[in-house]
Formats: sequence, structure tokens, C-alpha cells
Amino acid sequence: MFIYYLRLAMLSLRKNILLTSLMITAIGLGIGAAMTTITVNYLMSADPIPHKSDRLFYVQLDNWDPNSPYQEPNEPPDQVTWLEATNLMAAGKAFRQSAMGQSTLIVEPNRPEQKPFVTRVRMAYADFFPMFDVPFLYGSGWTANDDLDRRLVVVLSKATNDEVFGGVNSVGENLVMEGRSYQVVGVLDDWHPRPKFFDLSTGAFNLPEDLYVPYSLKESLELPSTGNNNCWQPVSEDTFQAFLQSECVNSQFWVEFEDPDDQYEYLAFLDNYVAEQKKLGRFPRETNNRLSNVMDWMENQEVVAEDARMMMYMALMFLIVCLLNTVALLLAKFIGRTGEIALRRAVGASRRTLFAQHLIEAGLIGAAGGLLGLILAWLGLKGINGLYGDQINGLTSLDPNMIALAIGLAVISTILAGLYPTWRACSVPPAGQLKTQ
Amino acid sequence: MLKMNNISKVFRTDVVETHALRDFTLHVEEGDFVAVTGPSGSGKTTFLNVAGLLETFDDGDYLLDGQSVKGLSDSQLARLRNEKIGFIFQSFNLLPDLNLFDNVDVPLRYRRFNAAERKRRIEEALEVVGLASRMRHLPSQLSGGQQQRVAIARALAGQPRFLLADEPTGNLDTQMANSVMDLLEQINKEGTTVVMVTHDPLLAQRAQRNIFVRDGRVSEVTSNADASELLHKTAQVG
Repeated sequence: MFIYYLRLAMLSLRKNILLTSLMITAIGLGIGAAMTTITVNYLMSADPIPHKSDRLFYVQLDNWDPNSPYQEPNEPPDQVTWLEATNLMAAGKAFRQSAMGQSTLIVEPNRPEQKPFVTRVRMAYADFFPMFDVPFLYGSGWTANDDLDRRLVVVLSKATNDEVFGGVNSVGENLVMEGRSYQVVGVLDDWHPRPKFFDLSTGAFNLPEDLYVPYSLKESLELPSTGNNNCWQPVSEDTFQAFLQSECVNSQFWVEFEDPDDQYEYLAFLDNYVAEQKKLGRFPRETNNRLSNVMDWMENQEVVAEDARMMMYMALMFLIVCLLNTVALLLAKFIGRTGEIALRRAVGASRRTLFAQHLIEAGLIGAAGGLLGLILAWLGLKGINGLYGDQINGLTSLDPNMIALAIGLAVISTILAGLYPTWRACSVPPAGQLKTQ
Repeated sequence: MLKMNNISKVFRTDVVETHALRDFTLHVEEGDFVAVTGPSGSGKTTFLNVAGLLETFDDGDYLLDGQSVKGLSDSQLARLRNEKIGFIFQSFNLLPDLNLFDNVDVPLRYRRFNAAERKRRIEEALEVVGLASRMRHLPSQLSGGQQQRVAIARALAGQPRFLLADEPTGNLDTQMANSVMDLLEQINKEGTTVVMVTHDPLLAQRAQRNIFVRDGRVSEVTSNADASELLHKTAQVG
């Protein structure tokens, strides 16, 4: 019967092209607006590393001002100091761990025709690469010994390798940066986690850095912090060493556990660590250490912007308005067909059968509206991309889940919109209709 | 075949109650050809709608082919209509967007016959009404008489035991009306029980039994001549 109903629906839709077009357009507009904003929200809140996001934890320690919290009501700083970064690394209590931060370096390419350029650098520890499953095109990350020995090693992004080495395997080559020669140990494949969860302080949807060097070089080479840097008291002296020893927070610290339950043991370790630091006159606030897994950390940092959420709610309301219009149009269409409904009832169709027939017709309109909505959503996302550009890298593409959601939402919402018109049309007593035909 | 005992049907609005049928009692036997006549507003059509399970009734008993229809669900009533009753309406009620084949197919679809069985029945029914060669035509391409023949084919395709016709010739000229009546007589002779509502005394005379309805009640007349006389009187009263 389904095929029969589909055939009847096609006939009915072809019969009044104008009415059909109006309904499909109404649904398409609503779905287009809703899907544009839902897609942005969905991609903003997507799990960037789903197979281990429950085992990766972000560390927060409250070394802040005793008189006022870092953020109300009692939030600890969202980064750690260089002291904590290096001390926790030295303790090495987790299965994997890496302190990290952002800096910049000037690359001096070997080829004379290429001019030096400034590039963003991620300073990290050897565990960074296996911890975040960073994919390699050539070579690998550096080793823990390279961290300890403060060796001048570098991992290039694919784009940087393309630019500096023409895309060939550059492992073992040297790259000169600010007068120092770094040995290339690895080249990344395309890697663009969305959101860039490992450092939300430098823009949740920015591209990852172009180069990766050991965090331990920060001290020896006096690499500046170019990400967020927050201090609650002035640095004692105007020297780099004083800056490192200060209470300024500018590094991120991630740990990986083999079992999520290991977090409790690690939290106890952090509490002990802070207790020791208190004895040294640091950490004047009450102990307030936090461990947040990837999704909790993104929630905490409000990766999904409030205005994006508001836009989504408004678009959903617009969809409801479009659906109400569709209800009115379906009502007009179905009520105009009471003669046919009466005839079908007379020759043996039950109300349930007729309901199915009309809801399939509504579903077909919804599917067509969904397809139109997908095209409009695609155009909408292109428009958003044009407006915001790099700020929303990767947030403006429709993935298969979103396509399925668009069609599903369109079909289901149109079927729901068709319930009342169908009920009204099927409630008209057939006897009177048959006589007045 | 059809047994109605003391059927009552009242149409109610906020201000008025209309008794369309009062203690309506009628027995139709298998193979009968019954004409139902009476003045306008006498309850003929209401009777036909109740008989065809398109209208409920307030009181009394109605047995269709031995089965009481009281309290049946919408689905059960639909099934009974589909399997046991064929309808012929004054205004044909063909679906204008479907060709003749698909129009005749409508009741068979609800019967869940397979495609081959439906095709066989449709072709056979259209053959009976003489329109097999035009099964791909749309209703709008046919004359009124031909459209009514299609409606008869649609009613026959499901091989119902009971044919209900509401003024089947009301929209046709005399020649076409006679041809449709010939067809109904032929169908009746082949064993299908026919109940026909009509205003036309001449057509009523062609039925085996005549039922005269007045004020929602039945007055049964067995002789065609008597029926004609009664109708004549009714016309004078009206």
C-alpha cells in the first residue's frame, strides 16, 4: 500500500503545483534556517576525540588572588603557571601528560627565493603526539629524552612542510629559526581537531599551529608566550626568569589516564602538591583543583557561543512558524478533498488507512522541503563562512549526520503538521459529501 | 440478507431535532431488487446511508448478511463495506485524476488483492459495463452514462453481495438511464441483491419490490402498479 499511497501523493502534489510549491518552500525555508544554525552548534559542540575524550583531562589549580577568584563564583584559572607546568611534568604521575603553550618563531627557509616568515608554534612535551592521536605523514614526534635534553627538534605541519620543503619527506632536514638550526623529526598529516580542544584560550576554532617544538625550550631559548597570559600580581623583576617564576598563568596542562577512574588518584596527588606549595607561601586560596575531561572542559569554556545558541532557538521558532503555515496550506488542500475521502471511505477505506495515505503525502512534502532546506542550509553556511571567515574554521560544512537530520526533521515535522488537517478532513461525515458531489 | 428492525436516526443541532428514520423496519432477501421511493425529505437517503454503513443509527437492530453491525469499530465497518457492499451514486463520484482502471481499482486496493487478481477483476468489471477498451481514459473523457457505468464497474469489481444505488440515473437522460437500468437488472439476475433509491416511478416499476418511505417510516408495496399509484399520490400531496 505504501507505493500506492506514494503514487497518490505524487498525483495530488502535481495537481496543484502552486500550493505544493508554497508548502515545500515554507518547509524548505524553515529547515534551511534551522539546519544552518543547528549545524554550527553541532560542530561547535562535537566531541573532537570521541574514542578517548573520557580519559583525557585538563588540569586546573587555583593559585589565584586570595581576595577574589579568577572568575566568579569560585573558578580556578583556566591555565597553569610555568612552575606548575614543569613541576607536574617532572612528577609524571599520569599515564601520559603534557604541558603546552603557544609562541611564535621566525622561520628562515633554506631556499634563497623564500623570505623568512613568522609562524605560530606549539610548545609541548613528547606525550602531546600520542596523547592526542596526532597523525604523522613522515617521521614521528620527539622523545622524552629530547625534552629532557632540550634538543632543537621540530615537527612541521603538512602546510609548513609543503611551503618550506615542497612537500617532500623532510625528516632529518634542518630548519633554521631565529638563527638556530632545528632538526625535523616529523611531519604531520592533515590535522584539524574541531574544536581545537587542547588550547581553547587561543580560539576554539582556529587552525592548529604550524610548528611544534619541545616546551622545555621555552626556558632555555626564552620563547615568549603568545597565547593568553593572565597575572594576579605584578612580576617581581623585568626578566624572563622572573616571569617564569611568577604566578602568571599561560600554559595548558593535559593528562591521559588508562582508566577514567584514575582521575581520583591524580586529584589526590594534585591536592598534595598544592598543600606542599602552600607551605612555600604559594596558593593562598582554599584548595580548588579541578580535572575536567574533554567534553566537560569544552562545556566549562562555553565553546558553544551563547549567541550561536540563541540564533539556533530563533531559527527553530522560525521553523515552527513555517510549519504553522504548512498546517494552514495542508488544511486547505485536504479539506478540498473531502469528496474523495468520502468516496474512499464508502468503498472500504478505514479512517486509519486514510490517515496513513495523507500523512505519507505530508511526509513527501516534508522530504521535498528537506531537500530544499539542505540547499538553503548549504547556502546559509557559505554565507556565514563569508561573514566570519577563519574565526569559524570547519564549522560551516554539512556532514552526513546533519543531512540525515535535515531530511528526518523535515519529514517528521511535516507529518506532525499534517496530523490536524488530516484529522479534520477524515472527520467530515462521508454521507453528506457523497450526495453533494 | 439485510434486516433492519425499528431503526431510528435523529439528526440534532443546538436548536432542532430531525427524526430522519422512525421505527424503520425492512427485510431484504438475497437476490431481491428493491426500489425505495418516497417524497423529498422522507428519509430514503438516510436509510441508504445507514444500510451502507456510512451513517450510524440511534436505536434498533441492523443485521447485514447475518451480522449485527451495532458496536462495530470503524475498521470493521470499513471492511464490511468493502467486502459486502457496492455503492452507486447519482453523481458517479469518480476520482477525476485517476483513469478508469485506477478508479475501479480503488476498492480492490483496500481488499489487499495482489496485482494480478486486481487486474483480472478490473478488466472483467469494465468488460461487463462495456468500457474495457477505454480503461486508460480519464473520467472527463467520457459521457455521463459512461461515467455511471464506470461507477457500476467499480461497485461490481469487489463482487459485493449487496448493491446500493442512490438515484443512479438522476443525472442521465432517458436513453442512458434505461441503459444503466438494464445493466442493474442484469447484475441482479446474476445474483447480486440491489437496493435502489429513486424518484422515478417508471424506474421503480422495474424493481421486484417497491418500498415507499414517508416521514422516516416504511410502507411496503409489492405491486409495481400500486407503487406507481402511491408515488403519484405522494407527488400530489407534496
